[in-house]
Amino acid sequence: MNKEELKVRLEALLLPPTFEEGAEWTTAVVDPAGWEGFARHLRSDAGLEFDFLFCVTAVDWRTHFTMVYHLTSTLHRHTMVVKVKLDHDHPSLPTVSDIWRTAEFHEREAFDLFGVVFTGHPDLRRLFMTDEWNGWPLRKDYEDPVNMIKL
Amino acid sequence: MIQEVGTTEQGELVINLGPQHPSTHGVLHLVITLSGETIKKVEPHLGYIHRSIEKMCESLSYRQFIYVTSRMDYLSSHINNHGCALCVEKGMQIEVPPRAKVIRVLMDELTRLASHQLWWGAMAMDVGALTPFFHAFREREAINDIMEETCGARLTMNYMVPGGVMADLHPDFQKKVKEFIRFFRTKIDEYDELVTGNVIFKSRMEGIGYLSAESAVSYGCTGPTARGSGVSCDIRKLYPYEVYGQLQFEEVTATGGDCFARYMVRMQEMRQSLSIIEQLIDNIPEGEFQAKTKAVLKLPKGEFYSRVETARGEFGVYIISEGGTTPYRIKFRSPGFSNLSALDHMARGYKIGDLVAIMGTLDLVIPDIDR
Amino acid sequence: MLSIENITHSIDAWLNSMFHPTVVLLVESLIVGICAISLFAVLGLVLVLMERKVSAYMQIRLGPNRVGPGGTLQTVADTLKLAMKEGLTPDGADKFLFNLAPFVVIIVAMLILAPVAFAKGTQIWDLNIGVLYISAVSSLSVIGILMAGWASNNKYSLLGAMRSGAQIVSYELSAGISVISIVVLTGSLRIQDIIASQQDGWWLFKGHIPALLSFVIFIIAVTAETNRAPFDLAEAESELTAGFHTEYSGMKFALFFLAEYVNIFIVCAIAATLYLGGWMPLHIGHWTGFNQVMDYIPSSLWFMGKTFFLIFVIMWFRWTFPRLRIDQLLNLEWKYLLPISMVNLLLMTLIAIEGWHF
Repeated sequence: MNKEELKVRLEALLLPPTFEEGAEWTTAVVDPAGWEGFARHLRSDAGLEFDFLFCVTAVDWRTHFTMVYHLTSTLHRHTMVVKVKLDHDHPSLPTVSDIWRTAEFHEREAFDLFGVVFTGHPDLRRLFMTDEWNGWPLRKDYEDPVNMIKL
Repeated sequence: MIQEVGTTEQGELVINLGPQHPSTHGVLHLVITLSGETIKKVEPHLGYIHRSIEKMCESLSYRQFIYVTSRMDYLSSHINNHGCALCVEKGMQIEVPPRAKVIRVLMDELTRLASHQLWWGAMAMDVGALTPFFHAFREREAINDIMEETCGARLTMNYMVPGGVMADLHPDFQKKVKEFIRFFRTKIDEYDELVTGNVIFKSRMEGIGYLSAESAVSYGCTGPTARGSGVSCDIRKLYPYEVYGQLQFEEVTATGGDCFARYMVRMQEMRQSLSIIEQLIDNIPEGEFQAKTKAVLKLPKGEFYSRVETARGEFGVYIISEGGTTPYRIKFRSPGFSNLSALDHMARGYKIGDLVAIMGTLDLVIPDIDR
Repeated sequence: MLSIENITHSIDAWLNSMFHPTVVLLVESLIVGICAISLFAVLGLVLVLMERKVSAYMQIRLGPNRVGPGGTLQTVADTLKLAMKEGLTPDGADKFLFNLAPFVVIIVAMLILAPVAFAKGTQIWDLNIGVLYISAVSSLSVIGILMAGWASNNKYSLLGAMRSGAQIVSYELSAGISVISIVVLTGSLRIQDIIASQQDGWWLFKGHIPALLSFVIFIIAVTAETNRAPFDLAEAESELTAGFHTEYSGMKFALFFLAEYVNIFIVCAIAATLYLGGWMPLHIGHWTGFNQVMDYIPSSLWFMGKTFFLIFVIMWFRWTFPRLRIDQLLNLEWKYLLPISMVNLLLMTLIAIEGWHF
């Protein structure tokens, strides 16, 4: 499916997402509450079958967070991007690690570096930082007087 | 991070494999739970060389940040740089001159060969054969010399700039590469004689570390790891960049899903890389090696994603730009990170010796995982 | 003719003419002890250097080439370094057993040296159950290894020791049966008898295919028994870092290291004695002329030549083969080598009874 077809197909879902324009791939924006159901549709609906989650990341927009999921279907070879907008003070959304196993590690990474909490994650611990680390290093407001690199 | 390590209530042995261990090839720390010699669970603990490259890149300009990525997957540093350069070019809409495209692909494939050679040696060392390591390094040395002449460096080449490559090829480049191809064609058959056909080696590899195609996709495995399970995921074929679309080469896949399949995929990939280099080496177009670009690059506001195929799998660069001279956020999708997440799934039920073999076929580079 | 036999006899005669027999025995024991220890030291130095040079040759390198002419003093320098290092004992270790283990291993290695015939008439102790003695004592070294692994309070050491235990105990069987097949042929356990029976040809050639087979099995089994690659599971560098001697440093580590090389020497010496005639020169049946020419080469050279050739073969194994896995290793022994060597022993007995050998 190409970009437009994919968009039409997604709009036919029970809870259709909103779309962002101007990007390389179809970009859908969903709420944290609707994310898990939406993800299940993406993974298993005939014609969509996004089985390969190749990139998961969080972005700190100072006012809010965005979780960005890059998905591809190895069957149909179409790609899409899902963005989930999160509250800045209490970023939290359901995990998708049971849908795409790779998300388990990527979500731990996002938790470690951004402090995004994934509810239902089987093993949500710090991944790179030590357990006693304070703060979330990749946030824009993070200040580390000792290790910060100023360039 | 390091919990109390001892025996569990069921009498299982908990062992720290690493952070300093001969076969983790770096500072990977695995906490493995054993019942006798059989693995019950493998839990990777990461971050021993986490440098937060993503954060660092947020304060570097679009020309500078490319070179930090050499320090991630140091064995395919050129390909990492390539991915970053592609992403910046995509954002700036820079048209790369044909000569630069061919040079980039040539360098990519040489890097891939060097990486696979090192993997082959290290892999054989993991299963206990120490000699192949030195044989692999003899051939890798030839590639490093070629790199040194043209790029000025042997490992972290830093040869890419947005819009092309930093300098023109060394006058001897073509001669040297042709010599190398002739030399390596004979040596790669020697590799097969020395290791591939060995009975002990085969028995250590076959049927070990099984990864099904579904699991490979679900765990986000890419590169030879996934192709060994029969998943077609070569970015060079699926989403061709530079001149890959015009080249004759095959995407190597195997259906075994075990260590031996992954091993064979990499061995065949070396031959494919050789054939790509052979196709290009006599057909380097004349012209500029670098497009004219402004001194200060400013990416338009937006999001850009580029993917390239490194020696270990799919490397993605995700740049979010606010229109300034530095990226607002950069995310590197490193192949090793996802491949490692499948380790627990692959190693359960096998022996410690198998774990080492599985890690060998995953071809882990720790800075690539930790970033 | 100047030979080791003449030298020892003249020393013995001179001592007897000077002192009381009891004193002579004491002095001679002292001399033998000193000789054995110096032989150990020299063997260690030579074999380590040999291993490094052989591996360097296989790995297209030069090997040690800085200390002394052609790097010959490299191992001396290494030994000095090890001697000066601190011998650490880990906190949780069983201190007594931990410190005892390397000595057990090295003493076992020294004990097996007793019945080995180095040249014609040169043997520390020609006891009538020589071969049995060797089999019995060599199986003791596993105690030292288990001790080291257990006492280190390190899981890698423990795993290594357990592997080593399983491995040595299993391969002892094949090695024993192979030895017995030669004993069946000669009808004697005494080393000198076995060597003398090869006066007209070595057992490897005289004993038909069963002898060849038992030779191959013996070499495989002793490679496993000495924990050498491809059977170096007890150490298994890429899996268990260094296995049972992970926690050892300094001279205690050096003792393990030395014992490994001395063990290789001894098992190769035994293989040379049983199958290749020990110090017996290459004789072919009744070709008197040929046999006499061969006799001109000193017997000690014959012995050393054969032994070092076998050592080279074992080193060759190490630098070319990958390592087996523990279950594959035990499979190889219990499912292949043991049945084959039992059938082989049966055939050998038949050959011996019927007198079909040459």
